[in-house]
Amino acid sequence: MSDKTMTADEVVSRLRSGMTLGIGGWGSRRKPMALVRALLRSEVTDLTIVAYGGPDVGMLAAAGRIRKLVAAFVTLDSIPLEPHYRAAREAGAFELMEIDEAMFMWGLHAAANRLPFLPVRAGLGSDVMRVNPGLRTVTSPYDDGETFVAVPALRLDAALVHVNRADRQGNGQYLGPDPYFDDLFCEAADTAYLSCERVVDTAELTKEAAPQSLLIGRHTVTGVVEAPNGAHFTSCAPDYARDEAAQREYATTPWPEFAERYLAPSEGAGS
Amino acid sequence: MTVTRAEYCVIACAEAWRGDGEVLASPMGLIPAVGARLARRTFSPDLLMTDGEALLVGVDGTVEGWLPYRRHLALVTGGRRHVMMGASQIDRYGNQNISCIGDWARPKRQLLGVRGAPVNTLNNPTSYWVPRHSRRVFVEKVDMVCGVGYDHADGAPYHRIPRVVSDLGVFDFATPDHSMRLASVHPGVTVAQVREATGFDLVVPDEVPCTRQPTDRELRLIREVIDPQNARSREVGD
Repeated sequence: MSDKTMTADEVVSRLRSGMTLGIGGWGSRRKPMALVRALLRSEVTDLTIVAYGGPDVGMLAAAGRIRKLVAAFVTLDSIPLEPHYRAAREAGAFELMEIDEAMFMWGLHAAANRLPFLPVRAGLGSDVMRVNPGLRTVTSPYDDGETFVAVPALRLDAALVHVNRADRQGNGQYLGPDPYFDDLFCEAADTAYLSCERVVDTAELTKEAAPQSLLIGRHTVTGVVEAPNGAHFTSCAPDYARDEAAQREYATTPWPEFAERYLAPSEGAGS
Repeated sequence: MTVTRAEYCVIACAEAWRGDGEVLASPMGLIPAVGARLARRTFSPDLLMTDGEALLVGVDGTVEGWLPYRRHLALVTGGRRHVMMGASQIDRYGNQNISCIGDWARPKRQLLGVRGAPVNTLNNPTSYWVPRHSRRVFVEKVDMVCGVGYDHADGAPYHRIPRVVSDLGVFDFATPDHSMRLASVHPGVTVAQVREATGFDLVVPDEVPCTRQPTDRELRLIREVIDPQNARSREVGD
């Protein structure tokens, strides 16, 4: 079986400007920050980012790498409004496809299932329809005749996710309470890159954890990166909680100044 | 001891979940959270609640279930949930905005984003909590419809906005055209004060009752068990 381990820089060397990238996690939780950091060090730009947004979106927005964002929100959780995202939006810095959290999930499901769309009872009556004039509706072919939004598949060129453990073949394990949507991101993508706190032998994965924790299947994974502390400063339960002090520093420091420190090769782990 | 405004707000929020049975109570904001926990400890014991993350927990914190985001979103569309969301803007028909202020294409102030408001309002009862009632929040027309109001909900089979609670009173939509009605004022608040702080014509009945008093047991639960640090007074002062 193939060994898919690689470095974060090797992952980024496979990404191209103009790609559609899905980023796993949720808000400021289990974000693949080591991979995002490597991406920020590269020249890759003009990206369409698909994410339940947190500091990943804030940083890429601040660095001017986003052409279009697909999201239902961007937040740092303990700091409700993401300051860099906010500044970029108020400057009209990129195109936004603002859809509801459930529409987003069903868009990933559609992509993972190779369907063009899935019907969702969400969006109708709201301004999600006004700001996304491309969204179409579909009427039930059965007796009820109800009209739904046909959420288009959110197909991705590449997905970046971070989990607690993985083996060298790309089987990924989460040990916290919430899988978020990381498996769906991988299934919805042509290529998926998985960073993890620790690469272990396959047999190790289920020694102490239930098999249900094996969230991500190797058939959906292209590359595995061992990145201890690789979600920092976002949370990665149960390995570590969010580093609130570091997040506050990020939120209150002008981006160029923060980036100089944050992107230095020696800074942080997993890079 | 006199009952504080924050405590009347807790009671008004708790009442939102009365009679809801075995559904998930999703309070957003501190006073709604105190209210939901009070409701579960008293008149709505069958409510389900999360720990704020992916676990369903009992009154004493015992884990009783697993509700990660994906299952939470499925629960929303199944309808067995009553959420109380915040609102940066809300209008007379209950349209709610938490996305941005100003023109969406280039907002004056970017806020959270639509989040789950569109799916919530079409699938499960959605109430709202506004800790500072003002004309900036209670507006003639919201800048971005996130939560769907009654005038945009034609034919939506599961749309319902049971109530809006603010620091001044309780509001509902029990009018022929579903425009917002003043249901009660918190003790110490006048109808004129509510009108003055509202940016549209509120329906005001001839007799406006006061929000009910908490019982002694409820007050004790709020003060000694649920919120002994009195965090509620930081969300709504006196």
